[in-house]
Amino acid sequence: MGWQRKILRVNLTEGTCTPEPLNMDWAMQYLGQRGLATKYLTEEVDPRVDPLSPDNKLIFATGPLTGTAASTGGRYSVITKGALTGAIACSNSGGYFGAELKNAGWDMVIVEGQAREPVYLLVEDDEARLLHAGELWGQSVWETHQRIHDIHQDPLLKIAAIGQAGENGVLFACIVNDLHRAAGRSGVGAVMGAKRLKAVAVRGTRGVRVDDPQRFLQVTTEKKRILAENAVTGQGLPTYGTQVLMNVVNEIGALPTRNARDVQFEGAAHISGEAMREPRPTDGRPNLVTNQACFGCTIACGRVSRIDKTHYVVRNKPEYWKASGGLEYENAWAMGADTGIDDLEAMTYANFVCNEQGMDPISFGATLAAAMELYETGAITQEDTGGIELRFGNTDALVTLVEQTARGEGFGRELGLGSKRLCEKYGRPELSMTVKGQEFPAYDPRGIQGMGLTYATSNRGACHLRSYTVASEVLGIPEKTDPLVPDGKPALVKAFQDATAVVDSSGLCLFTTFAWTLDDIQPQIDAACEGDWSLERLLEMGERIWNLERQFNLAAGFTGADDRLPERLVKEPARQGPAKGLTNQLGKMLPEYYALRGWNEQGEPTPETLQRLGL
Amino acid sequence: MLKALSIVPDKCTGCMQCELACSYEHEGVFNPARSRIRVFHFHDEARYVPYTCTQCAEAWCQLACPVEAIQINPHTGAKEVIENLCVGCKVCTIACPFGTVNYNQATGKVIKCDLCGGDPACARYCPTGAITYVDADLTAYERMRMWAARTDTQAQASA
Amino acid sequence: MRYLIAGAGPAGVVAAETLRRADPQATVRLFCGEQEPVYSRMAIPYLLAHKIDERGTWLREPGHFEALGIELVHQRIESVEWDTHTVRRADGQREHYDRLLIATGARPATPPVPGMDLPGVRHCWTLGDARAIAARARPGSRVVLMGAGFIGCIILEALVLRGVRLTVIEAEDRMVPRMMDATGGAMLQAWCERKGVRVHTATQVLGVERAGSDTLAVHCEHGAVHPAELLVVATGVLPNLDLVADGTRLSLETGRGIRVDPWQRSSDPDVFAAGDVCESVDWYSGERAVYAIQPAAVEQGRIAALNMCGRPVRYAGALPMNILDTLGLVTVSFGHWAGVPGGESVRRAEPGRSRYLRLEFDERDRLVGAIVVGLPEHVGVLRGLLQRRAPLGAWKARLARSPTRIAEAFVACTATTGLGDAASP
Repeated sequence: MGWQRKILRVNLTEGTCTPEPLNMDWAMQYLGQRGLATKYLTEEVDPRVDPLSPDNKLIFATGPLTGTAASTGGRYSVITKGALTGAIACSNSGGYFGAELKNAGWDMVIVEGQAREPVYLLVEDDEARLLHAGELWGQSVWETHQRIHDIHQDPLLKIAAIGQAGENGVLFACIVNDLHRAAGRSGVGAVMGAKRLKAVAVRGTRGVRVDDPQRFLQVTTEKKRILAENAVTGQGLPTYGTQVLMNVVNEIGALPTRNARDVQFEGAAHISGEAMREPRPTDGRPNLVTNQACFGCTIACGRVSRIDKTHYVVRNKPEYWKASGGLEYENAWAMGADTGIDDLEAMTYANFVCNEQGMDPISFGATLAAAMELYETGAITQEDTGGIELRFGNTDALVTLVEQTARGEGFGRELGLGSKRLCEKYGRPELSMTVKGQEFPAYDPRGIQGMGLTYATSNRGACHLRSYTVASEVLGIPEKTDPLVPDGKPALVKAFQDATAVVDSSGLCLFTTFAWTLDDIQPQIDAACEGDWSLERLLEMGERIWNLERQFNLAAGFTGADDRLPERLVKEPARQGPAKGLTNQLGKMLPEYYALRGWNEQGEPTPETLQRLGL
Repeated sequence: MLKALSIVPDKCTGCMQCELACSYEHEGVFNPARSRIRVFHFHDEARYVPYTCTQCAEAWCQLACPVEAIQINPHTGAKEVIENLCVGCKVCTIACPFGTVNYNQATGKVIKCDLCGGDPACARYCPTGAITYVDADLTAYERMRMWAARTDTQAQASA
Repeated sequence: MRYLIAGAGPAGVVAAETLRRADPQATVRLFCGEQEPVYSRMAIPYLLAHKIDERGTWLREPGHFEALGIELVHQRIESVEWDTHTVRRADGQREHYDRLLIATGARPATPPVPGMDLPGVRHCWTLGDARAIAARARPGSRVVLMGAGFIGCIILEALVLRGVRLTVIEAEDRMVPRMMDATGGAMLQAWCERKGVRVHTATQVLGVERAGSDTLAVHCEHGAVHPAELLVVATGVLPNLDLVADGTRLSLETGRGIRVDPWQRSSDPDVFAAGDVCESVDWYSGERAVYAIQPAAVEQGRIAALNMCGRPVRYAGALPMNILDTLGLVTVSFGHWAGVPGGESVRRAEPGRSRYLRLEFDERDRLVGAIVVGLPEHVGVLRGLLQRRAPLGAWKARLARSPTRIAEAFVACTATTGLGDAASP
């Protein structure tokens, strides 16, 4: 219970769809979703494999709480070896697709091989079929969505697809489900594109059961109340979405600006959650139309926006006048502060295009920011950019290049490589704000010290969602720590990393942890799943998952030397704000972190650690 | 005073908790496909509309049933399907112009909202107050009923 | 006030109950021509399929009418003297009425071919018929079903569930020709054939002969002969016009049924008619029509009753609608599914999955008819959309592209959502 106990194995090379029982021994050790799929991946895929080769696998995985009435119980993750990073990738998404897959009777779908011609996978309860996607290839996510609906005529089909970016090998291409929810990071969409799998369409009517329904309903109801009464999950997130952070992070001087040259953005207020709610002078309506929930979510932080029809970017593009997924904080940062742009409507357009074509807006925006710095420092010229004046703050450049990047045209082709390869190509690797090849997001580690260690040690490359110490360092959740000092951060990072691995393996959303601790999540898992899921067992599992991912990366060729930050963050002091004069103290934190993890000085888990965790 | 479901689409976030609650209440499983209430998603307009039986006064479903298997619960006013009387003929599913009576292939019976006997799970689980169970006055749903009367071929009061 | 109701089918029963509520002081007498509890013909196939017992066919619980103060009289009304407001019962007694409702329903048509009177040839119309069929339709028996119309198809399922070897003979070129077009009819036929039913369309039964002590020979066109222990005749129904045909001095105006005005009143101001016996008007065209369907019967019964006791309520016309579940395949039709002049048709067929949707719009972008096969969710909204009789606006184009979005279209077009005229983008 909790699990459907069934996985679907799709071999694209052979064109087969085969059900098989879920390995329950592994489920008991790794729960589901992130943990369990990582176990499958590490067992089945050679870590040294080329991510874009047929030998890589792509796993769509739900958790035991996916599809249940637990708040936020609608998540799924895509696990693979990342195209952008070459490290383990695990990209988590909401919307309705994951719950639908679970409802169709599947815990996960393992996609292997490579199709000769483009295909899409149709799953209707037990029945799974690979269908020709010839006419879908070359289409956007949105058009693909419409066409699959046209073909199958089931309004309740839920679809996850790649757009042109995934087809064109944009290394930060993502997989978009429900039109604007995304398994966003590390280039999972490029892996899907390389497999010539255009989309997965699912309809599920079988339902999800839990082990102890009465206890489950009682405890989930009780925990929903905590979310409702919490200031962040009950008010901040529904009202402003993650964009509640823009002004906050700017104020504390941790908003990476202009490729992290600055840590505060003078235009932050114009691109903030508050700004999205302000009526526009042109049409009197705000950018934000409403908030939206993902499946089962009682927080409802999702942004749904409508672009100003009179804005020059969309004036002649009525197809962008409808409501769709609006700016989340990371996106607004990447395509706003990091590029020095403060045009909310143009940024919303770029966000729409990222959703439409399946691109990670964080990596896209941060890569564009790196390119702008390359341009301003003279490393590239208009000759390279195809005539685009690639200065910070140039809205036209954002609009043109978001389209070009998705389509693999012009200078967009270069941006599609991601900032690491782009900056290396033009001889300025230090301008790439990446760790393990992945662009870091919207928190400057000079102003939030813990995020430096978070980025450096994240198993999927720089990422805030592996240990969101912002919660503690900025918001005081579960308790306030000083963002400007490194002390205590290694233990904080480790604890957050392990706990996050648990949440990501459950089917729940990490955002619940603004209000919940593992103490709140544990009884929900315990009621849903057979077996005794104690807090200790879950924490050990989180640590096991973290080490398993680490082992994959080490075997893939990463070493402790890759647990580093871009030089700028550790050498160039913050130029303004509360963190003025500070750099990130990674060197101080990292050895302590390794020790806490039970790793040697090279960052490798010791045999004792592996044994303790049963690895 | 009888109570009625009041549905205010403006407050709905599309979270589907009502469908989960309904399917669990009636079928013991979390399964939106088995819910008596459905949330329609109008993506391009950013509208989410929970939708279920209005328990209309002169119920088409009840009138059309050839075996009196749809009866009024005197405590709630709900039109309930009496399972052991329903023969599965489905006439009610086409007679109801709201499409809120549906056939359940698994049981061979029709299913519809029964207000959970007076404590509707959808309202209880709705996190935003989009669905509430309130004294039957001029709720949003009441307006839908008025609309129903307006487009009714069944009976139009004549001057 | 003294109300008499001739006929205790759905129209008569609903009328009696409505009269009782609307006029608590009046005498309400409901005449049932069969010596059975008041039952539903619609339920007979489920009785044959063992899904219910006879009690399950009863329209109302025992004691229901007594409790309401409705006098249920098991007497057939034989004739009416219109000028004296008197009916004559089968037992010869006469009764006076102030207002009379004729709800005598329909009877099965008997085709003009030899052998229809042989034992082993039965209609499937009354509880008595059902008992006779049950006696002969045993596992392994050979049964021929003559007519694959709506009623034929309901019986079809019951016969198959009884385990008989079934052959269906339909004179027209497809099954359920009044409710399915060629595509839908072919899907239904293929479905039935996959379930082991032999279906012969576009062929007539020419005659039936005795071919042994308990066996019939059913002769069809082109020399085909089907041996059978039972022939079930389901070749359509005709309004029961006996009462009208009998009135020599003054009768009621009739077409194919008793003609009624929009208040269900016949040409005699104190006589009303409702249900299968009456000729009402089509909800869309306003043309005269007899739609022998349960939902129309109960609506007409209710409206007739309200008008009988002086509460003027106008009937907006009958909307044809049918739903069939044939061995698990659900087929539905509404309104003018064959289309109207100047209109537009949207069709999506998936024969491999036995799914089909056909929507018909008129020149003003109003939905006027629909056929649904294999997609049973929320079909009622089609009625809602038809009744709405308003142009669908932006939803017309959306339905043309995605006809399965009917429920969304309906919800969007209701007043509460504010999406009705949302021309997006």
